[in-house]
Amino acid sequence: MSSPASASTSVSAQRYRDGVRAALAVAATVSFFGASFGLVARSAGMGMVAPVVMSATTFAGSAQFAVSSILGAAGGATSAIAAAVLLNARYAPISISVAGLFRGPRLRRLLESQLIVDESWALAARGGRFDRRILLGAGLLLYVSWVIGTAVGALAGDALGDPKDFGLDGAFPALFLALLVPQLRTSRAAVAALCGAAIAFALIPMTPPGTPIVVASAACLVGLRWRP
Amino acid sequence: MSTVWLVVLVVGLATVALKATGPVLLGGRELPRAVASVVGLLAPVLLAALVVTQTVGGDNELVLDARLAGVSAGAAAIAARAPLPAVVVVAAVATAVARLIA
Repeated sequence: MSSPASASTSVSAQRYRDGVRAALAVAATVSFFGASFGLVARSAGMGMVAPVVMSATTFAGSAQFAVSSILGAAGGATSAIAAAVLLNARYAPISISVAGLFRGPRLRRLLESQLIVDESWALAARGGRFDRRILLGAGLLLYVSWVIGTAVGALAGDALGDPKDFGLDGAFPALFLALLVPQLRTSRAAVAALCGAAIAFALIPMTPPGTPIVVASAACLVGLRWRP
Repeated sequence: MSTVWLVVLVVGLATVALKATGPVLLGGRELPRAVASVVGLLAPVLLAALVVTQTVGGDNELVLDARLAGVSAGAAAIAARAPLPAVVVVAAVATAVARLIA
């Protein structure tokens, strides 16, 4: 008969293995997405090196796609930068939500925090708490997949075909939905999620991309009135 | 400096700073209870918002296209308790097929 301590260890090991398995699936998707970014960015006139450097420094898919589409349409640097910063503004609250997991010297925290990305953060979420090993482990795996994917896409060019033909743009919202469902165990989480979705939906036609998500995070204020 | 490199540099620096906000400024400290109960809801809220914007989001407009079919198929796979890789594949195939038909 196992002691309570070893039972809880095996539960967490099981969760960790689940996390790794899920991260591998997400990494495969992310590398395809990275390849399509490399491809799109190159055809938008960003060259072959800049898209790879951007994936290594920015590591945030939606902002990078926005930049390539704006530059490809001969939009100016200012509008490309504004769109990307707006799209990535969610990382301020996201990084605050996991701040407690980062310890040690400032530089180390700065470097490790770069592994925060929507998918690693969502995979690490465990009912209101976050798992450091999964956040950083999945983050590193996704980072490598994203950068290598981008390089492959930028080098291969049109040989890969149009990413939309593979339905990748429909795979990502489904992925986020799959990561959302386990988060909805409590009624306060479900209500907050519903409010967030409603705010985002209402703002899509009225505001530039990125804004709906940032404003939707206000739905978290439900938590002030409704403590767990 | 060319426009492309200027954008890559500025967006890179801004994103590094945004991602570092919590870990560098707060790092390791426990959040006050009221703040914790708010940011604890970020995961469901932002994921729900991402599902919406990536399914019907366009440039200042709602766009109903093949992505909707993909997400619906993905939702069915989730309801059937399919594992994550299967959900992603089902959604991608459904999106691609819907686009082919449309």
